Amino acid sequence: MAEVDSSRRNLREYLFRLRALIALALLVVVFASLSPAFLTTGNLLILAKHVAINAILATGMTYVILTGGIDLSVGSVVGLAAMIAGGLIHQGLALRPFGVVVYFNVGMVVLLTLLAGVIIGAMNGWLITRFRVAPFIATLGMMYVARGMALLRSNGATFPNLTGDAELGNTGFQTLGSGAFIGVPVPIWLMLLFGAAGVFIANKTPFGRRVFALGGNERAAELSGIRINRVKLAVYMISGFCAAMTGLIIASQLLAAHPATGEAFELNAIAAVVLGGTSLSGGRGGIGGTLIGAFVIGVLSDGLVLLGVSEFWQIVIKGIVIILAVVVDQLQQRLQR
Amino acid sequence: MQADDVVLRAESITKVFAGTVALRGVDFNVYRGKVNALIGENGAGKSTLMKILAGVEQATSGRLLLDGAEARLANTRDAAQHGIGIIYQELNLFPNLSVAENIFVARELTTRGVINEQAQQRRAAEILARFDQPIDPRALVGDLRVGQRQLVEIARALAQNVRILIMDEPTSALSAAEVAALFRVIRELKAQGVAIIYISHKLDELLEIGDHVTVLRDGELVATAPAADINVNWIVEKMIGRDAQTFFHHDEHTRGAVLLEVTHLTLPNPRGEALLKDISFTLRAGEILGIYGLMGAGRTELFECLMALRTAYAGEITLHGKPVSGDNVADRIAQGLMLVPEDRQQQGLVQSLSVARNITLANLPKITWRFFLSQPDEAREAQRLIGELGIRTANSQQPITSLSGGNQQKVVVAKALLTEPQVLLLDEPTRGIDVGAKAEMFEIMRRLAARGIGVIFSSSELLEALALADRILVLSKGKITGEFERAAATEASLVAAAGAAHNEQGNGRS
Repeated sequence: MAEVDSSRRNLREYLFRLRALIALALLVVVFASLSPAFLTTGNLLILAKHVAINAILATGMTYVILTGGIDLSVGSVVGLAAMIAGGLIHQGLALRPFGVVVYFNVGMVVLLTLLAGVIIGAMNGWLITRFRVAPFIATLGMMYVARGMALLRSNGATFPNLTGDAELGNTGFQTLGSGAFIGVPVPIWLMLLFGAAGVFIANKTPFGRRVFALGGNERAAELSGIRINRVKLAVYMISGFCAAMTGLIIASQLLAAHPATGEAFELNAIAAVVLGGTSLSGGRGGIGGTLIGAFVIGVLSDGLVLLGVSEFWQIVIKGIVIILAVVVDQLQQRLQR
Repeated sequence: MQADDVVLRAESITKVFAGTVALRGVDFNVYRGKVNALIGENGAGKSTLMKILAGVEQATSGRLLLDGAEARLANTRDAAQHGIGIIYQELNLFPNLSVAENIFVARELTTRGVINEQAQQRRAAEILARFDQPIDPRALVGDLRVGQRQLVEIARALAQNVRILIMDEPTSALSAAEVAALFRVIRELKAQGVAIIYISHKLDELLEIGDHVTVLRDGELVATAPAADINVNWIVEKMIGRDAQTFFHHDEHTRGAVLLEVTHLTLPNPRGEALLKDISFTLRAGEILGIYGLMGAGRTELFECLMALRTAYAGEITLHGKPVSGDNVADRIAQGLMLVPEDRQQQGLVQSLSVARNITLANLPKITWRFFLSQPDEAREAQRLIGELGIRTANSQQPITSLSGGNQQKVVVAKALLTEPQVLLLDEPTRGIDVGAKAEMFEIMRRLAARGIGVIFSSSELLEALALADRILVLSKGKITGEFERAAATEASLVAAAGAAHNEQGNGRS
């Protein structure tokens, strides 16, 4: 009798845990039956490319949220990264004291841009660990700072034609956003790479375990000898890295860098994390769920577009779905207690 | 005893929670104007019984008689209407509100719908005056010491003019002077005919203040007797169901070379007062050193200095003759120090992780192969410690929250042992665990000492300190006020030393 009860309970908990995946499957079935265009290779590739941008951003965000923090600066870092990369390709790096302009090859541009993202993340982490600024506030401030820096880079203008110049040796930037490998666009490969690395690091390395422990009970983690400041610093650096990668992909896709790139992206990333079942108070969840969450958002907007639902209704529906996800999360926590 | 002395009678109360029987046909009489002490191991059912009396839970079967008439207490509001008040062990105060506001929260004194601050403060001052402790009704509760907060909690119950008052471990955070003040108030209440239901783990205290003692074990009433007729051994025997001597046995073991030496350790607080004053002591390998003192005596602060949780101290800490270095907990762990903190929920466990993951948390390198965590290594290490410490869990993958308090505490100890400490610090290692688990914890600590580990534990329970320690240091207000070899230590000498600094400053009353 008791065994039947507990196995039924286990099944219910299991279904709860898979809820994001079940929701995704339901959405796919519904859209596929309502629109013949939905399940075509072309549509799915476009969908996945859109999802990739949010998914990579949300991978970094998941680490931050697992520690119980939040990173509001990522959208601005996306814009700043696009502008840094765009500027380096379009006008090079002017070294005024020497009166020369240095043009880097694309590989170097990508590395420098990623480095910039990591530095911004490190500044977030530094404010949070050194001065005990609440993550919400520190990254809110950094959101403005990074956006302002992106605008300053070009005085608000767009860097066009990022194809590069063969003479300067900086061609090939478009590969990142528009290239393909075995018929699959590079951004999708990058999403798979970031996702796989994210899952692996979270679950299989001491660092990942420390992230979960820190989010679950910071004081207990500290007393267990975990250097919590280092872990926190690292997650914000990871988040900055992921944001810079996202900025690079977008600039590469458009072959142009606009300083408003990535506005409100932080909210989409947080939504994906939450939909994926990661608790905003930290300690529970994971990257796997976040990827599914990003796909739920992507499928939802793609499907609604195909069905011709108004853009404004799409926003309303997205909001309702996020609220539902959190309500269900609360139900699960009550179930476990 | 005449029947009309019984103000509240619980008759054959049975309470069944999903599958488990928490109370089995318990009868309990609450006498008017008496202190009715209730004692039992954790899980014996005393908090369940208390919650039924306070209307928080309802009995599965059985009935409550108030003044001889059957009463139904569907919720706490019903209980309050019958004049039943309860003071919980965990403080339920609002740190951001003033003392007066806390006392009258949800029952504000109003004049035409507006809170009458002055009336509240006047009334609060009257109630607090009974404790004879200087607490300003306008002070923020967040600024008060823990002991003062507990008095505010008690004052809140008194403000309701209760005739039955349930107190769950009311003295756990009080200093000797505050306990004395509380006992005075209890005696006053008794004289006014208020019935007190008093729950405590401190046996000597129960015997001092209690009139009737009732012992619960495994959800059943095992004994009830007037306090005048019994002693501590009697209570312990009834609680654990076997002779108390097995619990308090002591075996001498050999002590080795000096492991840890603390010299002239002084810790100022931000206001410049000393939390620790000129603390010096040594610890030998294989020695169990007990640190006895009241709440606020500086025990936790001493451990925090040793673990570098506080770094603003002056003085020297040496391990194997070498000064300890580093200003991070991780550094101290690497040098062979490890702390089992006082509050396992807040500081010891990560509730969202499994048993195995909690055990390995403090030594992840041990289960890391190249850069990756090894699941088999983790399971093996966890299983080894589960076996060694006798942790009762279905398997190592269980959520930590599914374990009982005593077993959770053993997990925290297991985590500490995996760091292979040379000096193990245990801050109140038996807080909130039942007597059976306590005995096991004692056994574990003795075994570790026999292995050559230096063990320091703090305790605010006399018997515990006497039962376990080879040597006892007494702290009082941040100073060492006594040092006793086990053979020379007596209850009276420890109590006198623990209150020493209080008396010195002229505000002690005990």
